[in-house]
Amino acid sequence: MSKLNNILTNFKNMPVDGMTKTLFVAITLCLVCSMVVSFAAVNLKEVQEVNKAIDKQKNILQVAGLYYEGIDVEKSFSSFEPIVVDLNQGKFTNRFDPLTFDDKKAAQDPQLSISLKEDPASIGRRTNFATVYLLKKEDGSLDKVILPIHGYGLWSTLYGFIALEKNGNDIFGLQFYQHAETPGLGAEVDNPKWKAQWKGKKINNDSGELMITVAKTQKYKEHHIDALAGATLTSNGVDNLVKFWMGEAGFKKFLTNLQNGAA
Amino acid sequence: MSQTRKQLLTDPLVDNNPITLQVLGICSALAVTSSLNVAFVMSLAVIAVCGFSSLFISFLRHYIPNSIRIIVQMVIIASLVILVDQIIKAYAYEISKTLSVFVGLIITNCIVMGRAEAFAMKNKPFESFVDGVGNGLGYSLLLMSVGVIRELFGSGSLFGIMIFEPVSNGGWYVPNGLLLLPPSAFFIIGFIIWGVRTWKKSQVEAREYKIQTLEEH
Repeated sequence: MSKLNNILTNFKNMPVDGMTKTLFVAITLCLVCSMVVSFAAVNLKEVQEVNKAIDKQKNILQVAGLYYEGIDVEKSFSSFEPIVVDLNQGKFTNRFDPLTFDDKKAAQDPQLSISLKEDPASIGRRTNFATVYLLKKEDGSLDKVILPIHGYGLWSTLYGFIALEKNGNDIFGLQFYQHAETPGLGAEVDNPKWKAQWKGKKINNDSGELMITVAKTQKYKEHHIDALAGATLTSNGVDNLVKFWMGEAGFKKFLTNLQNGAA
Repeated sequence: MSQTRKQLLTDPLVDNNPITLQVLGICSALAVTSSLNVAFVMSLAVIAVCGFSSLFISFLRHYIPNSIRIIVQMVIIASLVILVDQIIKAYAYEISKTLSVFVGLIITNCIVMGRAEAFAMKNKPFESFVDGVGNGLGYSLLLMSVGVIRELFGSGSLFGIMIFEPVSNGGWYVPNGLLLLPPSAFFIIGFIIWGVRTWKKSQVEAREYKIQTLEEH
């Protein structure tokens, strides 16, 4: 016991600026701080996840034009039918429960995704299964289809939704719910005025070619979205990701099947 | 509260305001003042971080080795900022999305570090806490003043409540879009500094040089 006391007294008498105490302070401080931080992160995670889920639902409502201030998000969201789509077949699948299926996780699972050779959206792997949301009218007929899309912008992967009219070709709206683009420039993808441009644009032309473009100069009015000023790379990213997800590697097969009633 | 402690709290509001006199923390003042809700949450975050980091650093001031004192201060400040960031993400998700990186950037806010280094390292914990909160309040006062001007004239509302009905909603007010962009905060802060220094002449710094006239030559 006295030995331990000796060590402690010795330690106390050491100069604060000495090597031993410096190391001791540095290590103790790091341990304490990391414990505080991880304790907070772990404990608050659940609340944060709930927030994220509600935010996602809210974004689906917004992209479908159903969101108003003060609305009960969960209640309104019940008019949507989430359903998992097999992208390779272009058909609905009941292999997964749409309420618990996680697209983002599936995109990392080699069993459930493919590695992309041509990868304009810079996403690396594409999930084989994606959760889409069908908005039905009161008589049960299809009103709108909401598809998840994502791709790389300038700094971050942009995650969002695109809402299509029931013909699967007219865009109703587009919205990103998660990104980290430059505030004021690339983050203007959230600007309501810019998003309003998407309404009524057509993805394919009459002969079925993919035409939708985000660009500075306008070629075809009904397929053209003005790029964001000062955010060329974010705009290019959005252009690429919309083209990718609306193309053959994305939802095209599913949308065609949906039209023919073969989905 | 004794006279000196009261001064610690009130001095940074006008007489020694961290933004107008010391011109610190400008970056976040530009970014988060376009709406009052966001500015308010940011203010609370800075007050909390500034107060508590000063408190903890002051507690430890006799044990912090001089050679690593800046790093120790940074670690404490960074942990507090992460804590605040996590709490905002959990309980004010919408606002956390608008604040995005700026809560994290409180770490690099010179006001927090400045108070830690200049005051908390040399003073008792309670005084340091009061000083930190005072400086946070000084920062907040300016943030809110800029926020009022920017939101009122930029979007015609205060705290999101419509004051001037904008034309787009069928009202009469044409919002000034410039005020929603970050540069406008520069102009407003500039005007405020000008105003404060006209009012309190003692804040005007002495010239570093003098333009010579021919007669003097």
